[in-house]
Amino acid sequence: MSSATREALPQGITWFKYAAPQTFFPLAGALAPWFAAIAVVLFVAGLYIGFFVAPTDAQQGEAYRIIFIHVPAAWMSMLIYLVMAFWAGVGLAFNTRLSHMMASALAPTGALFTFLALWTGALWGKPTWGTWWAWDARMTSELLLLFLYFGFMALQAAIDDPRRADKAGAVLALVGVINIPIIYFSVKWWNTLHQGASVSLKSAPTMATTMLTGMLVMVFACWAYAIAAALWRVRCIILERERRSDWVRDYLGAGR
Amino acid sequence: MNWGSAADFFAMGGYGLYVWGSYAVTAVCIAIELVSLARRRRAAGGPS
Amino acid sequence: MKPRHRRIVLIVAGVAGLGIAAWLVLSAFQQNLVFFFTPTQVAANEAPKGRAFRVGGMVEVGSVKRQPDGVTVQFVVTDTAKSIPVAYKGVLPDLFREGKGVVTQGRLENGLFVASEVLAKHDENYMPPEAADAMKKGQAINEKATHTIVNPPQGK
Repeated sequence: MSSATREALPQGITWFKYAAPQTFFPLAGALAPWFAAIAVVLFVAGLYIGFFVAPTDAQQGEAYRIIFIHVPAAWMSMLIYLVMAFWAGVGLAFNTRLSHMMASALAPTGALFTFLALWTGALWGKPTWGTWWAWDARMTSELLLLFLYFGFMALQAAIDDPRRADKAGAVLALVGVINIPIIYFSVKWWNTLHQGASVSLKSAPTMATTMLTGMLVMVFACWAYAIAAALWRVRCIILERERRSDWVRDYLGAGR
Repeated sequence: MNWGSAADFFAMGGYGLYVWGSYAVTAVCIAIELVSLARRRRAAGGPS
Repeated sequence: MKPRHRRIVLIVAGVAGLGIAAWLVLSAFQQNLVFFFTPTQVAANEAPKGRAFRVGGMVEVGSVKRQPDGVTVQFVVTDTAKSIPVAYKGVLPDLFREGKGVVTQGRLENGLFVASEVLAKHDENYMPPEAADAMKKGQAINEKATHTIVNPPQGK
């Protein structure tokens, strides 16, 4: 948003100024360390609960403890994609650079969690199901999600003009949104090897309390980590894309 | 506490390879992401 | 605001359109998306003929028999309505248990499912062994109490 738009806004609505890369840059820099610290604390707490408080599982024995990273990674892989697609959509609709930058900042972290969901899932599947992988609806759609993230990043990297890269990536991100409900409902809509949801909004959890607590703490740990990583990355993107502007020159010229 | 000894903890009831293989790769991936972010920040902060 | 509004409407319409298209494609490929068939579906001839497919259900309690050759195992997959006998040569997964879920891949030959792969399918319940035992005891008491109502003498 240009400074002209800023001045036209009535008093009291100051949030929109953070839509400017120049204003958001220091805010991101101030927030990121807090989220990183929260992530560290929650990871320690979550892993402690997962390994030292939660008991063993009657069905799967100690192998089930992979749940404390597998489920958080899987939930994050989906949530980050939705947030990424949201900012991509906002960028397309309002033509705001920072929205697109945020989408681009989220993609690698989303891809990371998707890979971890698949990797930890494979390591969990082998001793329990008896196979590293199966082409059922859940696993196939999660793999498709990884391809969507890679496609988004590759598409943006392939297009030189940043504005066109933003738009192309945004269209791909939005089209891929349909995959998220497919991943989530796959175990309900189709016969799958992957079991149904243990935790949902509508029914009581089918997990012992300590196990559930450990898992939820880890979910929030991953969430805080993802926010910190995305904020740090968007700062890099801002510096890269705005490097010709006066404020970046001043900022970098000051010996940072 | 769940574990009789450190050996029990690392063995994870016979599933140690799978459990620790999961968490080790997670730690490595997070480390890679953080290192690459630091490098990217340094590169962006160079002379314009 | 007008061009912006139009852009939003176009984006929403575009995404909705692609979503509908994807949904149609998926429905059309519904058959190919089936990871396994239930014994009832197999009995209704919904499973493909002449090629390998998967059957999923529960391992019928008391049906697991190890053959004298030491390698072959026979068991029955059931969905409580229909059952299919299975023969399998190979190692069974750790979680393969009677009364628990199973997904097996193979071919149906003269009513016997010759399996090339057997996978254990577990449910979404996570609880410590003490809780599981308590549940089993509670279920056993319930079954005894309601046996005459739930299972009227019909013969299975």
